[in-house]
Amino acid sequence: MNKSQGLTAEKDRIKKIKKILLIGNPNVGKSVIFSRLTGVGVIASNYPGTTVEFCKGCVHYAGEKVEVIDVPGTYSLEPTSPAEEVAVDILENAIKQKDSIVINVIDATNLERNLNLTLQLLKRDIPVIIALNLWDEAHHIGISINFKKLQELLGVVVVPTIAITGEGIKELISRLGEAKKGEYRYVDQERWHEIGKVITQVQVIRHKHHTLFEKLSDLTIHPWTGIPIALAILILIFVIIRTIGESLISYIFEPLFDYLWYPVVTQISQLLNGQGIIHDILIGELINGEIDFGQSFGLLTTGLYVPIAAVLPYVIAFYFVLSFLEDSGYLPRLAILIDKAMHLVGLHGMAIVPMMLGLGCNVPGALGTRVLESKRERFIAATLMAIAIPCMAQLAMVFGLLGKYGVRGLAPVFFTLFLVWLIAGILMNLTIKGESPEIFVEIPPYRLPYFGALLKKVWMRIRWFLHDAIPFVLLGVFIVNLLYSLGIIEFLGQITAPVVIKLLGLPLKAVAALIIGFLRKDLAVGMLVPLGLSLKQLIIASVVLTMYFPCVATFAVLLKELGFLDMLKSALIMIFSALIVGSILNLIL
Amino acid sequence: MKSIELTRMRSGEHGRIIKIAGGFGIIKKLEALGIRPGVEIEKISAQIMKGPVIVKLGNTQLALGFGMARRVIVQPFVEKAKP
Repeated sequence: MNKSQGLTAEKDRIKKIKKILLIGNPNVGKSVIFSRLTGVGVIASNYPGTTVEFCKGCVHYAGEKVEVIDVPGTYSLEPTSPAEEVAVDILENAIKQKDSIVINVIDATNLERNLNLTLQLLKRDIPVIIALNLWDEAHHIGISINFKKLQELLGVVVVPTIAITGEGIKELISRLGEAKKGEYRYVDQERWHEIGKVITQVQVIRHKHHTLFEKLSDLTIHPWTGIPIALAILILIFVIIRTIGESLISYIFEPLFDYLWYPVVTQISQLLNGQGIIHDILIGELINGEIDFGQSFGLLTTGLYVPIAAVLPYVIAFYFVLSFLEDSGYLPRLAILIDKAMHLVGLHGMAIVPMMLGLGCNVPGALGTRVLESKRERFIAATLMAIAIPCMAQLAMVFGLLGKYGVRGLAPVFFTLFLVWLIAGILMNLTIKGESPEIFVEIPPYRLPYFGALLKKVWMRIRWFLHDAIPFVLLGVFIVNLLYSLGIIEFLGQITAPVVIKLLGLPLKAVAALIIGFLRKDLAVGMLVPLGLSLKQLIIASVVLTMYFPCVATFAVLLKELGFLDMLKSALIMIFSALIVGSILNLIL
Repeated sequence: MKSIELTRMRSGEHGRIIKIAGGFGIIKKLEALGIRPGVEIEKISAQIMKGPVIVKLGNTQLALGFGMARRVIVQPFVEKAKP
């Protein structure tokens, strides 16, 4: 079995493993293996100097905690996109530091294509161990691989794994120390030829049947069946998010606030005698002598209620559904169906991914533009997302505000935003120089998501929301109170009155919401509640708040992504179109 | 059998890739996902109005834009069934 562990191999290994890199093609179950190896305590971080995300965690090996890095998926060590560049960069750094090993995760159902990366890795100066994943799936579809022979030919340890059930993971961990540098030598031009030689010796393919998932796959990509299915799925997504979100609110979060938190803040309010500056900041204004979580506007009342009870339930629901879609393999199929339409706005189908992410929160949406190759595409995608895609936090509040009017209230908002997305996109596509690359994407087979990895992903995204959003909401509430008590809001209101009142038809007090919208859009929408706006004003305010500027967190990411000049252009586009669209709505509604 | 562009192949037809009619960049890009001369390819379907073409190589399904698919020159197999 361990023929490869000769004496010569001993010196090629590193004595102490400090870091483990998980490297492999996209869609090979790398993240599931990562999640199996690491357990809890995973953090997602940005690669320094870029905004490509990768995950870090720890595994216990030989009594020590060893860092594991889930490197972004790549097909080759000759990168063609920013995400792939990061993968190669992480590898290069690890090679320099000489304290890391690579777990090369390969897909047993696609051995030939996966070995392309493996053979490139084996030429590098770093110990490698191979996880031959999807071992069961390969078996199901009639592929048998002689992994011992593969191990012998490649000269590194090969462990068959079924990440979804956890089979082989223990063996993989116990054999990490046997990772060693590759000795497989070949001429680069002959790589595919070499792969062919290996394949013929280790792999036998028998006849296979069309599986149910494959039939489903064909149905969802074929245009005549795929488009109706896509529409049905989108409606289903909407229904599921609403159902989960509303149930969480009415059965968990609202009772928590009403029965547990309300008595506490009422006590605090009474202790403070119901007035004074500290009362104003902590509790806010009493509505009819009582605390109103939606309207009081104190740090402990509205400041906690908006992010936790009004927004968080929908954020949970959204990320649960989105992560399920991602892990099941549906997103690339949606991208293919929508590809032609996306060319209208100068993008290709895969741009649907940042748009969907942006619907959760614009920050990951902006980060997600990294999957697009050209600068032009990234500019268009980021601007369109920031201008016309409201985040879940804002959506939840808009639904709360306009939901009672039903379609009459909601349809104008979303139809307007859709038109803005389309028209702004077409205009940018016509005016910005350059062409957009075409879609080129792997369509992974449908897979039932591994629940553990799914929950981990959802949790990481929610934790991001808790960490980053709640402080901003609290800061927003604090600043509003401060600006009001210093009279600054009134002052700004008078300056901007011509625009806000004449052009947009909004009352002066809405200025405060527009200012706070820069910090948090959900809070800004919340600030409209006590103003008693008419339906028309609510629609205009919701649209303008979405469009006029990204929130500060998104702004910071976009600035880094696009650079100062492009961000300036993007911001000008947003401000002007918000004013134009707001004025038009004011005229025609 | 003469060679044709991938876009002109019928859905469900099998063939072999003869060459990639393009520059170094596109050749590298296609090669990384296994589209290279000599490989057997099956066209699964194509989206309407010159949308992406969906193909199968081995066990991998790929979607490539119409313009890109036009650069992939294939020779369809004469018999319908896979040899």
